[in-house]
Amino acid sequence: MTSVFGVPLPAILGQLMLGLVNGSFYALLSLGLAVIFGLLGVVNFAHGAFYMLGAFAAYVGLETFGMNYWCALALAPLAVGILGIVIERLLLRHLYQLDPLYGLLLTFGIALIAEGIMRGLFGASGKSYPVPDALRGGFNLGFMVLPIYRAWVIFASLAVCGATWFLIERTRLGSTLRAAGENAALVQAFGINVPLIVMMTYGAGVALAALAGVLAAPVVQVSPLMGSSIVIVVFAVVVIGGMGSILGAVVSGLVLGLIEGLTKVIYPEASNIVVFVIMAVVLMWRPTGLFGRESP
Amino acid sequence: MKARTRLYAALAILGLAAPWLGLYPVFVMKLLCFAMFACAFNLLLGYTKMLSFGHAAYFGASAYTTGWLVTAQGWGTIAGLLGGVAVSMLLGLAIGAIAVRRQGIYFAMITLALAQLVFFVCLQAPFTGGENGLQGIPRGSVLGIIDLGGDAAMYYFVLAAFAAVFVLIRRIVHSPFGQVLKAIRENEPRAISLGYQVDRYKLLAFVLSASLAGLAGSLKALVLGFVTLSDVSQATSGDVILMTLLGGSGTFLGPALGAIIVISLQEYLSDLVGAWVSVMIGAIFVVCVMTFRRGFIGEIERRLGRRV
Repeated sequence: MTSVFGVPLPAILGQLMLGLVNGSFYALLSLGLAVIFGLLGVVNFAHGAFYMLGAFAAYVGLETFGMNYWCALALAPLAVGILGIVIERLLLRHLYQLDPLYGLLLTFGIALIAEGIMRGLFGASGKSYPVPDALRGGFNLGFMVLPIYRAWVIFASLAVCGATWFLIERTRLGSTLRAAGENAALVQAFGINVPLIVMMTYGAGVALAALAGVLAAPVVQVSPLMGSSIVIVVFAVVVIGGMGSILGAVVSGLVLGLIEGLTKVIYPEASNIVVFVIMAVVLMWRPTGLFGRESP
Repeated sequence: MKARTRLYAALAILGLAAPWLGLYPVFVMKLLCFAMFACAFNLLLGYTKMLSFGHAAYFGASAYTTGWLVTAQGWGTIAGLLGGVAVSMLLGLAIGAIAVRRQGIYFAMITLALAQLVFFVCLQAPFTGGENGLQGIPRGSVLGIIDLGGDAAMYYFVLAAFAAVFVLIRRIVHSPFGQVLKAIRENEPRAISLGYQVDRYKLLAFVLSASLAGLAGSLKALVLGFVTLSDVSQATSGDVILMTLLGGSGTFLGPALGAIIVISLQEYLSDLVGAWVSVMIGAIFVVCVMTFRRGFIGEIERRLGRRV
């Protein structure tokens, strides 16, 4: 059997596949962070918490109401997005005039509250969520078996990322959004309701995080702590990619997921830290990130 | 006597008398260690407006180093403390050199990510005891002269260290160096245009803050006799931010007051409500950021119209 670094090839491909799945979650999450940051100038620390809430919404939906996966995929992001809109209305809105650090601190506090509530209600241990029937099993590619669900996660994430990119970079609504990010007062003067756009954008970014959570529910353990560990990695991804760029966020998310998967094969002890090491190296070489424009 | 001198004299007497006031000495020592940690953190957030989101890295790395040196290597207490501080200083230099290249939220995210790296290293390194941490760390003695095994001796040792750090931070803030830090806080582009090498000042402030945070961590390791992963965790980094914010960032007494409030709340409520403590901490965070950005001491100073 062929092997690389003394590891059989199917095992490597399996890890790379898993890396790509994780990379899809990083891409979806950093995409949402980039969209929110682009318009609100807020680094949403609660992003990991919304991802966790999305996964829990799917889990509770199934356990309590028998809601199937496909309904969860539509309803969980909607519910979490509405929660995001409420938070934007009640709290975040009042901080736009202040130093952006306050937005980071506020969302950090919100993340603590969300995580604490879920831990109080469900305990710290992980819950498993079944893979939906239609996506069970795998394709046999000859050299490895490709689990259908993992392929679906990668496909769905790429499709959502692509659609979001198209929406923001190529449509009229997107150009309005980007203009409002550049100069809110001027866009407002054209008769566009900027506060409404800002509110909806936060809701949409948060819904993306919840969508990633639902996609992740069958492959990871659904636990209150799943968000706080991933959000720091996603921050590193965003710093590496440069926060102003949507394409940069998606590409660096996928690539770093792959690198993380590869590290699990070659040197498993370093798989937790490889993203942070890469971030440090990139910062020494290009302080603005790989795709970043001049920092604000 | 000026009011400020009277206030500090009263606090000093309170500090000296604390063991006879019926307070549990180990708990008061823990408060002092976290107060020192928050004061060190305040040097960055309060006086330079650099939000380090990963200050537990220095606190914990120094605690682990001291614990390991004293337990496994048989070093003396003072040498162990200095070894821990040296490690946190070098760590602060390495991380600071990378992080000061970016400002504001980017600085926060970079320090957070690199602190997570330190966390994983502490989780997996052979000498940290992994999930169990280090236990049974002896307090030893000060250069073989004063035995620190008893709570009273240890208390005055920690109190003296806290007082020294507090005075040092006052000196730093009031020095010409501290004035430049405040200029950076108020208007960084202007400080640059005045010819200051801003990044060097920020790096030095970062290294100083990391070293003093390390000293606090090492002292805590000696006081309690153990070090755990929670000392390097992101939760501890969040706690120190909350302490500084709640007490009043950019004030001398605020961070210490904030540390006392936060640690006392955690200590007494964790038995009562368990996991819901983090909900409460989060709620205080939200209230602080929304309506109480000056913190307790900041509000008092504003009402009095002068600094304490």
